Amino acid sequence: MNLRANWRKLINVVMLGLSGMCTLLAVSLLLFILGYLVWQGGTAINWAFFTELPKPVGEPGGGMANAIVGSAKLLLLAALIGIPVGLLGGIYLAEFGGRTWSFLLRYATDLLNGTPSIVIGLLAYGILVMPMRQFSTLAGGFALGVIMIPTALRTAEEFLQSVPRPLREAAMALGASRWKTIATVVVPAALPGIVTGMLLGLARIAGETAPLLFTAFSNRFWSPGWIQPTASLPVMIYTYAIAPYEDWHRQAWAAGLVLLALILIVNVGTRILLSRRTPWERL
Amino acid sequence: MNQFPNPATALPKPIPREGNSAQASAGKTGPKIQVSRLNLFYGEKQALHDVHLEIAANCITAVIGPSGCGKSTLLRTLNRMYETIRSVRLEGEILLDGENIFGLDVTSLRRRVGMVFQKPNPFPKSIFENVAYGLRINGYKNSLAESVEKSLRRAALWEEVKDQLRKSAYILSGGQQQRLCIARAIALEPEVILMDEPCSALDPASTGRIEDLMLELKERYTIVIVTHNMQQAARVSDWTAFLSQGRLIEFGATPDIFTRPKKRETEDYVTGKFG
Repeated sequence: MNLRANWRKLINVVMLGLSGMCTLLAVSLLLFILGYLVWQGGTAINWAFFTELPKPVGEPGGGMANAIVGSAKLLLLAALIGIPVGLLGGIYLAEFGGRTWSFLLRYATDLLNGTPSIVIGLLAYGILVMPMRQFSTLAGGFALGVIMIPTALRTAEEFLQSVPRPLREAAMALGASRWKTIATVVVPAALPGIVTGMLLGLARIAGETAPLLFTAFSNRFWSPGWIQPTASLPVMIYTYAIAPYEDWHRQAWAAGLVLLALILIVNVGTRILLSRRTPWERL
Repeated sequence: MNQFPNPATALPKPIPREGNSAQASAGKTGPKIQVSRLNLFYGEKQALHDVHLEIAANCITAVIGPSGCGKSTLLRTLNRMYETIRSVRLEGEILLDGENIFGLDVTSLRRRVGMVFQKPNPFPKSIFENVAYGLRINGYKNSLAESVEKSLRRAALWEEVKDQLRKSAYILSGGQQQRLCIARAIALEPEVILMDEPCSALDPASTGRIEDLMLELKERYTIVIVTHNMQQAARVSDWTAFLSQGRLIEFGATPDIFTRPKKRETEDYVTGKFG
């Protein structure tokens, strides 16, 4: 009896130790990457990084102002595509889709989510870059927007479905039509969650590199308008990191740090937004 | 007819007013709502069997019966809320003031037949916007503030909330929220108010306030209340319908149902032998 109890204690200690070690491994990997990035990037970052254009090879200094603005423009375009499609698609899934259509749409978005981003880059290359005979912000933004759709759509659907049925019934019992109920009650109630989902979707595509390589391409200078090639932070990291110059490596680290910091801020910000409990839970 | 002890008989009971009984008013203007040959199916399962019911104007009609007997379903046919559920099929006729409700636009029907739900379900909006909601979506723009005040007064909530109209409805207690939902329903000046177990989530004090309110409201509105609380039915209603397994077993003046039921099944239920 006593032996059995000791055996169970031993197993308990071993398993607890193992799972603790694996947790530690995962966390320390993340901390190592973060720490190394802060250390490497932090020493390379300065004011000029945010305000100046890249300098020619051999000349020290310079910055990535054009890449920062380029990334912002790409994300804006992506948001213009991803947010409306995601929101309206999510509304359809949560409110209107019958069994068959919902299944098909869900399946399609899951497939799209699993599609390698470089393939979506190819799509943008085929339908925008080739006909226009030019790399452009437009093509890059389009590719990123398509990549964002599944995340945006599924989170919107999830939060819309979490709005309690009695709220919808209350609106309909007052004579609101289906669309009016959705527009005036369901979407406002789910809005904090929907905004969170959209921001997370944007954070996810902010670091995408592959689809930009042959859509937005890159640019050593400012990219005016929307139909010129543009620099972006992920592509700059790629280009600078594989270049044979010590100075460029340090710039790549700095760009990595900026990108990560932006994503981290969005992530943490949305968690805070989401942790404020949704109103009907306060009943 | 055998007499039996019933707690309900010890309570003060409203007597249907003269000239307001279903038969009497049927002779003059007809009942407010007339349900006939009503059958309702959820898929293959039949939830209501050949229900006939006349609901008198300016009275409180209670629908009682064991869980799952179809009382909520019956209530939800009266404003066609059952249509929001998939794979429901309905046969029969429901007349509102002699007019077939299935011929009416569903929006205008629900404006005339308001509803209060089991759990208080205010919108995540301010107290003011909750009451104004029905008016806004139906296109009323003038004197919103007046209508909101009037509705809140009629729902006996004005004094408690008049200084915090812009605050979230969720700061109110459960009982206040339910009165807010009543105010929201009466803001549209409906003719009928359907109440689906409106007090089941409330404490006795709040329940008492809602019941007092119902007695006031029946001066203006026709009220149909579903309740599984027999004492409540006995306290507030003029007419009682007893439903069991989707069939209307007995319908009559409330005192009769509780003291001199004609059917054995009704007697068993109101005396607590089953249900």
